[in-house]
Amino acid sequence: MSRYLLIESRDPFDSRDCDWLYETAKGLSKVGNEVTVFFVQNGVLPSRKGSRYENYLHQLSLYNVKLLADSLSLSERAISDRHLVAEVSISNMDQLVDLLMDDQLKPIWH
Amino acid sequence: MSGKILTLAIMDGPYESTCSTTAFRIIDAALRKGHSVKVFAYEGAVSLTMKAQKEHPNPAHGTSAEDEHHVLTKRWVEGLYELAKKHHVDLDWVNCGLCVDERGAGDWVVGPTRGGPADFLTMVENSTNTLVIPSKRNS
Amino acid sequence: MAKILSIVETAYRATLEEQDDTIVWLNTMFKKLNADISLLFRSNAVNYVIQGQNASGLSIGGMVQQNPPQIGRDIADLLAMGVPIYVVEADLRERGIKREEMMPGVQTMGVEEFYHRLADFDHIWHW
Repeated sequence: MSRYLLIESRDPFDSRDCDWLYETAKGLSKVGNEVTVFFVQNGVLPSRKGSRYENYLHQLSLYNVKLLADSLSLSERAISDRHLVAEVSISNMDQLVDLLMDDQLKPIWH
Repeated sequence: MSGKILTLAIMDGPYESTCSTTAFRIIDAALRKGHSVKVFAYEGAVSLTMKAQKEHPNPAHGTSAEDEHHVLTKRWVEGLYELAKKHHVDLDWVNCGLCVDERGAGDWVVGPTRGGPADFLTMVENSTNTLVIPSKRNS
Repeated sequence: MAKILSIVETAYRATLEEQDDTIVWLNTMFKKLNADISLLFRSNAVNYVIQGQNASGLSIGGMVQQNPPQIGRDIADLLAMGVPIYVVEADLRERGIKREEMMPGVQTMGVEEFYHRLADFDHIWHW
């Protein structure tokens, strides 16, 4: 088993390639890896309740993918705790650095 | 001081991509947490350290340069070097020399050094982990 | 030696900078420095492995670009240096690229294989 951190800076409203990240997260998890997705920048936009991609995030969580979103990116876009899709937890740069400082974790920026 | 080292490769220039801001935030958090950081600035990212950057007034806001507290990326780089010193950790910032030459970006603030792909590989080899933050502007 | 997989997504960006693709250039340098590097082209970058790319003919203000990028040649050079080069099969298919249009020596990779193969690498850099 490997540990992967997928950092999503793009959003599916603008970039069709976000599908790749979502599918990769699911695929890596399905074959037995531990996967975290960290949403940052416009990557947090699908995390708003009622977004067209809310179900995608729900699907990811069903595959045991841990979902984190950067607090500054959220607040910059007026996405507060009450607006947030239930499966997504608010995170920050400190937690991102903690994850990155695990030498067994493989980070992939998208 | 954790003894851990994070290497970042960054590619975007000042202001035009939030990826640069996120990279700065990651470096800041890592240094504050007592980790050393190595940065390989490639392509437009070599302009982040340029000494010639300067504040200006903002006519849309009707504000002076002083009111604006304009963020200059060179000041962030200087601030990160200070932060590293305060936390007794190292910040090594290497600007890709060929990228610098092509952009005329060779006059930079105190701290960064000139290097190339070999330096990046050495950074990777000596780090706890490496994160590449690529430029994603479409062609 | 650490095993590195460079995944190249972005294509035909910044090709003026070094008269090539800046990421292909960087990875060529890594190989020349003896790094254990493999390349995987995905998304639009799968177009880099097809034969017949021709970027000549650029002329601005009367200045003709005499040394245009030759990405096909650069990929062939990487293969000759022993760099394993993969392309994502589904991305080729989506773009109507047939296997026979690919340069010899480039290997295709299915999505399921991709999920398994990532474990083989110490570093995964997505460019």
